Amino acid sequence: MAHNDPAPRGGHGTPDSHAAGGAHAAAHDAHAHPTWKQYKWVALILTLITVVEVWVYYIPSFTRTKLFVPSLLIMSAVKFAIVVMFYMHLKYDARLFRALFTGPLIIAVVTLISLMFLFGHIAIRLAS
Amino acid sequence: MSASPALDHIEAGPHGHHYTTTGLDSRKIAVWAFIGSECMLFASLISTYLIYKGRSVVGPFPHEACNPPVCATALKPILNIPVTSASTFVLLMSSLAMVLALAAVENRDVPKYSLSDRILGSSKLWLWVTCILGATFLGFQSYEFTSFVHEGLSIRTNLFGSSFFTLTGFHGAHVTAGVIWLGTLLAIDYKRGLGPGDAINVDIAALYWHFVDVVWIAIFTLVYLIK
Repeated sequence: MAHNDPAPRGGHGTPDSHAAGGAHAAAHDAHAHPTWKQYKWVALILTLITVVEVWVYYIPSFTRTKLFVPSLLIMSAVKFAIVVMFYMHLKYDARLFRALFTGPLIIAVVTLISLMFLFGHIAIRLAS
Repeated sequence: MSASPALDHIEAGPHGHHYTTTGLDSRKIAVWAFIGSECMLFASLISTYLIYKGRSVVGPFPHEACNPPVCATALKPILNIPVTSASTFVLLMSSLAMVLALAAVENRDVPKYSLSDRILGSSKLWLWVTCILGATFLGFQSYEFTSFVHEGLSIRTNLFGSSFFTLTGFHGAHVTAGVIWLGTLLAIDYKRGLGPGDAINVDIAALYWHFVDVVWIAIFTLVYLIK
């Protein structure tokens, strides 16, 4: 791979990536993957967010505030989204793949939050 | 060939791959559906951990010290954040190595003139790096599990131990499966070389590997960092 060459590569989940033929509507959703430079930046951003996460963990005055948990959740969600979009190529891939992933993910998150309201610490706090 | 010429390209692609009526590779659809189902599996395990969090009657506890009479002897908070932070970094870097392995396979036929191009274009190198980083993560996890057992926390000790070992153990099993999968790709690469025609196989393995990484991103925050 020419690391300075930003030449795009085709998505290989579609016929378009193998040949010019196969004109399907879904195939048009496949775009170029990120370049080496973008991968490098993504890795750097992920590392920096992880460093910040661990850093705030060691600030006692911050861990006692109400901002601590939301800030960690937001940083974690950003890291999650970055990996899914750039490393898993969901930003560049077909819409069906996005639906197959985000659909169950939404169900999973809603279930998790519902269970926390029913049985978790949130339920205890609301009851008291 | 199908009876209808319009469906010919659906049955088999130029590399013998079978595409669905969506125009997408059936194996990639399957792996995304599998990843979707895995999201729900890990959500159930994380939910269980969070529901039981702070409800253990006996120690050791994740973030709090345990003193007599709750514990027979004084115990420190059991989670080792520096070690887990290092293992998180290792897994993140393994994801970078995996995307570089995939890019190297896709661009195998592209001429490489400089040394850096040849290094970046070596699928064997990046698959090895991914495997080694995955194995290193498993080493960190083995160290963590062993130290927990030595400090008196097993899967049978308390609610925290049960839910923690189940969640992280399931994740570790997924990482182990991923390392074995990458090992098979490496073996194929040594035997006959992985080329652009194999990119879909490497891509599917990469999707699984990155999924294991994103699950750990969630576990690291929800289990280790949130007190």
